[in-house]
Amino acid sequence: MSTKNKIGIVIGAALILVWCLLPVAWIISLSFKSQEAITNGSPGFFPSEGGGAGWQNYRDVLADDQFLRSILNSIGISLIATFLSVVIATLAAYAIARLEFTGKKLVLTLALVIAMFPVVSLVGPLFDMWRTLGIYDTWPGLIIPYMSFTLPLAIWTLSAFFREIPWEMEQAAQVDGATSWQAFRKVIVPLAAPGVFTAAILTFFFAWNDFVFGISLTSTEQARPIPAALSFFVGSDPFNRPASLLAAGAVVSTIPIIVIVLLFQRKIVAGLTSGAVKG
Amino acid sequence: MTHTTVAPDDKRDVRRANKVAASDRSKAENRLGMRLVAPAIFLMLLVTAFPMLRALYLSVFNYSLTAPDDREFVGLSNYWTALTDSLFWETTLNTVFIMVVTVAVELVIGFAFAMVMHRVIFARGIIRTSILIPYGIITVVSGFAWQFAFSNNNGFVNEWLPFVEDGFNWFGQYGSAMAAIMVSEIWKTTPFMSLLLLAGLAQVSEDMLEAAKVDGATWWQRLWKVILPNMRSAIMVAVLFRALDAYRIFDNIYVMTAGAQGTESISFLTYRQVIEQFQLGIGSALSVLLFLSVLLIAFLIVKIFRVDLAAARQEG
Repeated sequence: MSTKNKIGIVIGAALILVWCLLPVAWIISLSFKSQEAITNGSPGFFPSEGGGAGWQNYRDVLADDQFLRSILNSIGISLIATFLSVVIATLAAYAIARLEFTGKKLVLTLALVIAMFPVVSLVGPLFDMWRTLGIYDTWPGLIIPYMSFTLPLAIWTLSAFFREIPWEMEQAAQVDGATSWQAFRKVIVPLAAPGVFTAAILTFFFAWNDFVFGISLTSTEQARPIPAALSFFVGSDPFNRPASLLAAGAVVSTIPIIVIVLLFQRKIVAGLTSGAVKG
Repeated sequence: MTHTTVAPDDKRDVRRANKVAASDRSKAENRLGMRLVAPAIFLMLLVTAFPMLRALYLSVFNYSLTAPDDREFVGLSNYWTALTDSLFWETTLNTVFIMVVTVAVELVIGFAFAMVMHRVIFARGIIRTSILIPYGIITVVSGFAWQFAFSNNNGFVNEWLPFVEDGFNWFGQYGSAMAAIMVSEIWKTTPFMSLLLLAGLAQVSEDMLEAAKVDGATWWQRLWKVILPNMRSAIMVAVLFRALDAYRIFDNIYVMTAGAQGTESISFLTYRQVIEQFQLGIGSALSVLLFLSVLLIAFLIVKIFRVDLAAARQEG
């Protein structure tokens, strides 16, 4: 590689880092500014002299019951939706990768069509149905609709993973004297576990990110997840929001995502691309 | 004699027995397979197909939740109302505009990122981790970050951009408000695009590139004649996914402008009809139209890329 190319790549890599991290750095910086400094109009990236608020915004946000409640809702709802999706998708993906049966294509096609579904078009009927059934503004009232985007994603990611598992190893183990349950548990489960885990992470991202269902199918803090809660943090005037508090709330709600990304970067990349490209 | 007559029978029996066993096994496999996918199919139908059919049903009624007892069958008049309303076409045009611009920009930037990530040898982990951050961040949060960045009293955009006067209100008119919305959308989803393209790049054979180089092809020729044609399926998947995703745009607009200055998208219009105004009849008609347009877009993209594929084959 020529020196010119090398320099180009270094610059390119630096640009990627700036692109990805600049808005994050900006919102962190904003979260340490005082509201007075912001409303008086002190543009600029870093908190100005005397305009810093220290940890005060974070203390305020974490003292807010509604905010804490919505974080709890988000964690609970996303985890349950992820768990259910991944369990059901694992069964389906195992069948798709391993067995011959009628309707195999149908499942994958159905999942693909649903993955393209405009979520908003489900909101009307669900709003109406959930009110009749009495699960409007409850955890199940969000967990069930979340399946509409988490299941297809999990099925595609998992079936791409499972297709790569050498299933003959299971038979080999059986020939060596293992029972089929032992063969499955000792050979297949360890091979499948990373794929299942990856699918779970991606599914969790999707659920954590949901906004449309979050604002449409909740009316109180009882079930409102964090993205919806952030958007309701102040009244309806979108031009006068308490920027510094919101920024602190945004940072807090992003921490789980950052932690997951830092820990499982490799797996997430593999999962994203295997589901989409190899699928 | 007996030996020769009996033996084929025996063999036939064995074969028949095998066949019966095999078909029994395949039947059992079939049953097991169906049983394993049943919960997934059931749930997917329950959470999408059923509500969608319900939307189809509600869309032929004049039905408002503020007066649920006045529900009245009106045939296709909701569709007629929607399709003859200028607001419907304005929001659709907005949505198509956002989709086309963001996907085009993301394709170019995403490809550049993918090229860098493909060649980079140092700090791979750091770059890959950072690129997942915009992907993982809540869209609402990125909407806020960019709204504040473009804000005229606390943002850095006005300060940093030399050709924008200080105090310029980005959200004050249509053009600049749309630009701000698109920036936040592009920022958030380019990483996804570049990861898909990176996977596509990895499938382009190095030997072919090397051969083209030996034959004296310039970098530009190699890009257009070797790399891009070999990545067609990856590009198609990326464009398809992103286009459909962009067509549903809602979160950014809700947070950044709440539809002010005519920046409403078709999803936003549907949401407002149903959730804010309780007009389930017309809202359902909009839902159905939204769904149909997504199908149309998917169909068009697949079609366009297929035509390309055939043309490429003829060339080769």
